[in-house]
Amino acid sequence: MSLTLQGAAAAGIVTCDECGLTSRAATATAPGHCPRCGEALEWRRERALQRTAALLLAAAILYVPANLLPVLDTTALGSQQDDTILSGVVFLYQSGSWPLAIIVFIASIVIPIGKIVALAVVLVAVQRRSTRDPRRHTRLYRLVEIIGRWSMLDVFVDTFVVALVQLSPLMSVRPGPGVVYFMAVVVLTMLAARSFDSRLIWDAAAMGKPHDK
Amino acid sequence: MPAPATVACRGCDLVQRLPVIAPGGKARCVRCNDLLAARPRYAGEHSLALACACAVVIGLANALPLMSLSAAGRNASTTLAGGVLQMWAEGSEITAVVVAVCAIMAPATYVLTMLAVLLAARRDPVPRWAGNLLEWTDRVRPWSMVEVLLLGILVALVKIAQLATVTPGGGMYALGTLVFLLPWFVSTLDTEGLWARVRWVAVPDSGVPREAGP
Ligand SMILES: [Zn+2]
Ligand SMILES: [Zn+2]
Repeated sequence: MSLTLQGAAAAGIVTCDECGLTSRAATATAPGHCPRCGEALEWRRERALQRTAALLLAAAILYVPANLLPVLDTTALGSQQDDTILSGVVFLYQSGSWPLAIIVFIASIVIPIGKIVALAVVLVAVQRRSTRDPRRHTRLYRLVEIIGRWSMLDVFVDTFVVALVQLSPLMSVRPGPGVVYFMAVVVLTMLAARSFDSRLIWDAAAMGKPHDK
Repeated sequence: MPAPATVACRGCDLVQRLPVIAPGGKARCVRCNDLLAARPRYAGEHSLALACACAVVIGLANALPLMSLSAAGRNASTTLAGGVLQMWAEGSEITAVVVAVCAIMAPATYVLTMLAVLLAARRDPVPRWAGNLLEWTDRVRPWSMVEVLLLGILVALVKIAQLATVTPGGGMYALGTLVFLLPWFVSTLDTEGLWARVRWVAVPDSGVPREAGP
């Protein structure tokens, strides 16, 4: 794949990914180093599309065990119960704290799925040069970057439920194998968002619509 | 310090003229609305004081018990590190490490590094390592999840509340303070102002930055 670079890159002007300085590139093929901070300059983040796609695919695969495997494994008075992410939300809802149930549902179910779908939509649009509305795709990508971290919520909930319940002599709660998968999904989607380069959206948009401004 | 007149947007690579920014103001890209530059209202000593306050509150959040629990006549309490160690002891070592990074190490590293940067920024010219360190903290900050952590602990409290009496401790209040203090501190940082006082690697107007590697 090769995108024709647009914007500043087309004029030989490169922005340092490190310190943000805008400078003239040394040569068209090798932009050289930033005169201010010394960092190697790049037109676009290196192999941004491939890296984001690979991390996103890994996250999508791990999302399946993250939701099927239990995250908490409770033993109380001889009875034993396994809780997945979704059954944890249902438990919160049934125990009457529906505002918290909604918060956990959004953080653990809506945001992870939304992140994977949104990044996939943007990646496919860039790959097919079919970005008809680059502004909307850029906004979608920024949103993923900003709210992505909130899906770590369930990992913190599980950690402190485990830590607190151990203090009680009546029951014990152990972390289930689902926590690690779920956490991997959160970390991988965060890394995927960070390795992408939103300037590619605008490169692709300009190629799809050559007569646009 | 004269601000660079033209910049390329980091979000969409559109070259545009940077307007004069009033203190406390921001300039956004005309095409994609990405942040181009910001000028904090207060900087310098203000940031330094807030960084010190953040460091103290992080210390308290880690040292004081987060919550205590009483059930069947027994009393016990746990701290942030206690939660991490319990997760490790229960065989979920990877989870323990990631929680330790997001809840303890990233916030502490971020604030301590910024403290070093701000102290170095009092020198003139600002040493270049201060600039490089400043950019490095940009990679640490997304992993510092104080607000998510606080909400997570609150949800855990509600989940446990049916089984035992849970009382929030001093660590909890420290975390609550940090949720407001940390973003306030970040909003006072003048990144562009600091870079403007750093001695450059190469002569700026040579037009040709140093040659790329082999
Ligand atoms: Zn630079
Ligand atoms: Zn832009």
